[in-house]
Amino acid sequence: MQLARVVGTVVATVKEARMRDLKLQVVALLDERGRATGGYQVAVDAVGAGHGDVVLFAGGSSARQTALTDGKPTDATIMAIVDSWDVEGKVVWSAHGEEVEA
Amino acid sequence: MRLGRVVGRVVATVRAADLDGEKLLVVQPLDSARRPMGATVVACDVAQSGPGDLVLWVGGREAALALPRTFVPVDATIVGHVEQAASAPAGS
Repeated sequence: MQLARVVGTVVATVKEARMRDLKLQVVALLDERGRATGGYQVAVDAVGAGHGDVVLFAGGSSARQTALTDGKPTDATIMAIVDSWDVEGKVVWSAHGEEVEA
Repeated sequence: MRLGRVVGRVVATVRAADLDGEKLLVVQPLDSARRPMGATVVACDVAQSGPGDLVLWVGGREAALALPRTFVPVDATIVGHVEQAASAPAGS
């Protein structure tokens, strides 16, 4: 899985039939220090994430392995909302605080 | 499967169904000489790993097969601890 921040939504009216009713979010990839890598993904949201949330998403075939995305053509699915994470024993980011490290 | 070093832990309360209770760790992938290689990944863990551990992890859809509930959106799982890893230097 990868760490990412929800930075936008995608509205696509004309899409493959099985993609209907899926919420699509634009997520900016983060490295382990919480810095944006410059990469992004459009991901199906399986957990109800909101703008600004830090999330985890699964890629590839694993993205299909939820009740919501089973059998559907997605290769990225948000599967968790992150509360906090630490690296080398130090909290890097926390939803209840803010970025501890840049 | 790849080698990696556990460098951190992720706390996430809101999760997709059937992921409750799964530990989430930040893993730095390593090359065959155990040098950091590429971006970190967040992996589930079935090997009781912790920060600092040298581990073996599996990526892709197969990562979910290591977990007790296999129909889950997981693309990386730590499946073992590495005690020893030997490889010949490139070109030898």
